[in-house]
Amino acid sequence: MAFFEAKNIVKQYAGHTALKGVSISVSEGSIFGLLGPNGAGKTTLIRIINQITGPDSGEVFFNGEPLKPEHVHHIGYLPEERGLYKKMKVGEQSIYLAQLKGMSKQDANEKLQAWFKKFDILEWWDKKVEELSKGMAQKIQFITTILHEPKLLIFDEPFSGFDPINANLLKKEILELRDKGCTIIFSTHNMGSVEEICDHIALIHKSEKILDGSFEDIKKEYRTNTYNISFNGDLEKLKANLSNDIEILEHQASKEFESLKLKLNNGTSSNDLLSQVLPHVELVAFNEIIPSMNDIFIRVIEEKNLSLDFE
Amino acid sequence: MNKILIIIQREYLSRVKKKSFLLLTFLTPIFIAGIYAFMIWMMMKDDTEKRTIGVINESELVSPVESKDFTTFEYLENTSFEEAKKMLDTKGYYAILKVPKNILEEQSAELFSFKQVTIEVKSEVGSQIRNHIETIKRSKIIAEANMPDLEQKLEATKTPISVKTIKFGDDGEIKQSSTEIAMGLGFAMSFIIYMFIFMYGVQVMRGVIEEKSNRIIEVIISSVKPFQLMMGKIVGVAMVGLTQFLMWVILTGAIIVIGSAVFLPGLDASSIQEASSISQLPSTGQAMNQAQLNMMQDVLGTFDMGYIMSILGGFIFFFLAGYLLYSALFAAVGSAVDNETETQQFMLPISLPLVLALYIGMAVAKNPEGSLAFWGSIIPLTSPIVMLVRIPFGVPVWELLLSMGLLVASFIFVTWLAAKIYRTGILMYGKKVSYKEIWKWIRYHR
Repeated sequence: MAFFEAKNIVKQYAGHTALKGVSISVSEGSIFGLLGPNGAGKTTLIRIINQITGPDSGEVFFNGEPLKPEHVHHIGYLPEERGLYKKMKVGEQSIYLAQLKGMSKQDANEKLQAWFKKFDILEWWDKKVEELSKGMAQKIQFITTILHEPKLLIFDEPFSGFDPINANLLKKEILELRDKGCTIIFSTHNMGSVEEICDHIALIHKSEKILDGSFEDIKKEYRTNTYNISFNGDLEKLKANLSNDIEILEHQASKEFESLKLKLNNGTSSNDLLSQVLPHVELVAFNEIIPSMNDIFIRVIEEKNLSLDFE
Repeated sequence: MNKILIIIQREYLSRVKKKSFLLLTFLTPIFIAGIYAFMIWMMMKDDTEKRTIGVINESELVSPVESKDFTTFEYLENTSFEEAKKMLDTKGYYAILKVPKNILEEQSAELFSFKQVTIEVKSEVGSQIRNHIETIKRSKIIAEANMPDLEQKLEATKTPISVKTIKFGDDGEIKQSSTEIAMGLGFAMSFIIYMFIFMYGVQVMRGVIEEKSNRIIEVIISSVKPFQLMMGKIVGVAMVGLTQFLMWVILTGAIIVIGSAVFLPGLDASSIQEASSISQLPSTGQAMNQAQLNMMQDVLGTFDMGYIMSILGGFIFFFLAGYLLYSALFAAVGSAVDNETETQQFMLPISLPLVLALYIGMAVAKNPEGSLAFWGSIIPLTSPIVMLVRIPFGVPVWELLLSMGLLVASFIFVTWLAAKIYRTGILMYGKKVSYKEIWKWIRYHR
């Protein structure tokens, strides 16, 4: 049973359908990537999960139960457009937000102290938010999102606005939370981060889900059977000895060695390739070029756009 | 419910701790007490400027004016008008009084000066000459009538009459009241309500706009329902207003009590009320004259506790209900716009009924019984102010209850309406808003 499930969500605004029957299923203790171009409907789905707005039809289940108002206490939300009360002090404000999520004042105070100690930012406690830099405010906002120890976390573009050091810190924290058993839904355009932490992804495009699967499965599915070999030796000799099923896509020469990007067609295996290469040249490097999420994303969207054009 | 309390607490504390709040709360009573003290001082003080007025007496009257207090009259013998005019500079005369030869027929004298002569000097001169002439005429008639004791009998006909207004209290007690004070009180209170609605209703609106523009609204709305947030805000800000008002009342009262104890020892409210004439007051009170004493008694009569309580009860109800009604409207406006400049187009429709209410209130103060008064105090948008003006004059219970009931019902309705606008509006950021758009939001179902 999935920890969180959305079934056939339909949402219409005046003159525009934001979601046309989108379903997702998120397992407990995993990081689920919600991807898609701008305007695809991701934010609408996220708002429905957070009970900021309701679906026109479809159901949402939280830990097996239909979504209830009380569930907000177990959900943490870091929106894409984020902010805090500028004139309110950091400590006071974090506790206030935690209280709105159902935490007791005492509890919030204790946990907040622990987090501030961990991030080494205790001296910010009595500062007003307007006195902090943007990066510092982002850190505070992250803490307020997780302070009440929610079981489900929703991050919308969490890395935007973070410098590399803090982005790394954030990534570490997210992974730590996942390891502790948190379920995380994570919406982003930053494909690099998707590569690094997602267990499962869904791709939303024009109000529909067009891709859904575990990270590994999708990578496998979109393998292009492309390989990279680097060698020392006679390029022409090698070329002459490669079968027609091996297509040369690119060639690069450097001081030390030659490199070829090859596509294997018609069921040629990697071993076949190696057996054709090894007799003729000195092999320096050999690896499969696995498509990046970025590439897969673009490919899937373009394919979908094409098919939509034909409709 | 619990979450609303948390929100109320936050809205309340964040505003009460502000320096601007503390400053306004503590300085205003000092300012008001200062004005109060100044007015009393003005009442008690007479004009003490020393003046010398040159008199050219061409009439047959002997000494028509006499030097009194700080004004000295110097009779100029055998002086022409031109020479006297020069004396305005050379002798520093304040003015030249010319009593013409035929004063008994013309019945007027003239005061010449470079500066505008004060009212007190003018009336002092006028009344002195009048008394002088009247005394002469009376003496002549008395002498001609040849009646014994005529002088005394005529003196006895003088009967100054003052009208005291006495209101029956609920317990039948008779307390002296003052129509002017009642009017003033009701009117002052309604003006206070107007001020508060604008000062604090606008704060609700600003709070909503702030939350939208710094985007914290997205996080908050994932934790609480929009209605809870709206109520928390409205009530929290209301508490701030009440706190400020209470502080003002307490501080102003304290300052007045302390001030009068320090500056006018022995002269307290009860001793003033009980004294029927000046002579009964302790020495510091002797500075007043009888008219001032009556006025003070009137004022203090209205400060009777029971009377204040009944007005206070009405005040609190209409203050709260009127404020809540308008705050809901302000909340709706705040959720429809993105920044303060866009609120301008909505300010007119909201302030119109309030300003209208103030004008109706002024008319009602003169006529608390007419149909304008009735309708003005029943219609929910104007009733908070107009009813307040009527209360000091007494309002039939059924009218009071009707007005209160309508106000509560309309508050609930407007809040419901505002909540719908609020719910959709807080998420719309960057959209141009029009009445048509808002109408769509109202009809939009979750």
